[in-house]
Amino acid sequence: MVTSRMSSAMRMKKEKNAACGENGNEPVQCDEMHVLAVDDCLIERKVIEKLLKTNFFKVTTVDSAERALEVLGFHEEQSTCAASNAFKVNMIITDYCMPGMTGYDLLKKVQETKCLKEIPVVIISSENVPQRITSCLAGGAKDFIIKPLKLADVTKLKGHIKPPKDVVSTSANASSSGPVSSKRKISSGRARGKMSERRPRVGGLTSV
Amino acid sequence: MDVIQLQRRFIDYTSSLYREGFLDEQFTQLQQLQDESNPEFVVEVVSLFFEDAEKLLADLSKTLAQQPVDFKKVDAHVHQFKGSSSSIGAQRVKNECVSFRAFCEQRNREGCLQCLEQLKQEYYLAKNKLESLFQLEHQILEAGGTIPMTE
Repeated sequence: MVTSRMSSAMRMKKEKNAACGENGNEPVQCDEMHVLAVDDCLIERKVIEKLLKTNFFKVTTVDSAERALEVLGFHEEQSTCAASNAFKVNMIITDYCMPGMTGYDLLKKVQETKCLKEIPVVIISSENVPQRITSCLAGGAKDFIIKPLKLADVTKLKGHIKPPKDVVSTSANASSSGPVSSKRKISSGRARGKMSERRPRVGGLTSV
Repeated sequence: MDVIQLQRRFIDYTSSLYREGFLDEQFTQLQQLQDESNPEFVVEVVSLFFEDAEKLLADLSKTLAQQPVDFKKVDAHVHQFKGSSSSIGAQRVKNECVSFRAFCEQRNREGCLQCLEQLKQEYYLAKNKLESLFQLEHQILEAGGTIPMTE
């Protein structure tokens, strides 16, 4: 039986739109959600990025924990964040197993840094190791998800996001007398709009 | 072949790939993510996987040829292969990686070499199957049809 499997992703897009209001009238919160995804594998980054874009406006992917700290504006020596090049993120999703600094190491660093510790961290891993899961959750991770990430997992992640006003901004020291400047470029991958016309429901065909 | 016939062939072929374990639900997930903003998403990700896989297989051959074998390095390559194959839903390739890692843990060089051969086989099989699938999609589109979704 031929079915339209696009409906679940489409449903999520519609839910997001509903939560955000009609097009053109979105409250700031949904559009300002920014997730930083960390994974050393390119293919996994591509898939995670696409998955996240069905639910979040902006996604930044990096290939290492070290790079993640850089984009977050973290300075090792001062154990603080520079205002100038800091990304404002509402959540960090990181792979556990990475060469060099692991996802767990990143979690700990974020937790112990004043300007970052409010950012929820979610760990993802291909291995279901109970001890690992426990230590990550005990270490402050908001969630631990077994790869591969699914659309259903991503919807759940929304619950861990703090709205922008509650996040300690990494650019808190910058002078600002008004709302945060929205100089973001519109993500070309913003997942809104009609489902692909390549995959409509086709009646009258049966599968074996 | 007309559009209807091509579509039937596509559905049959897709079903067989799932039935025979070449693909799992993660592949369906990828298809669901594809949309107008990125209509070639699946082909792009799978192509990246092919590139990555060829490199990993070459690295694995090289690492296993060295004496003594750096099993940690072998394991790292296999771990990456497992991750990327899992991400695109290439189930049999992923499962082969799981077996491979067990031999790495045992520091069993012969076992690893055998696994590498099996992994290559599974990978090339998966590659052929996926390329055929994309070719069928292309034929359907060329014939003016649309690609059906299947269970």
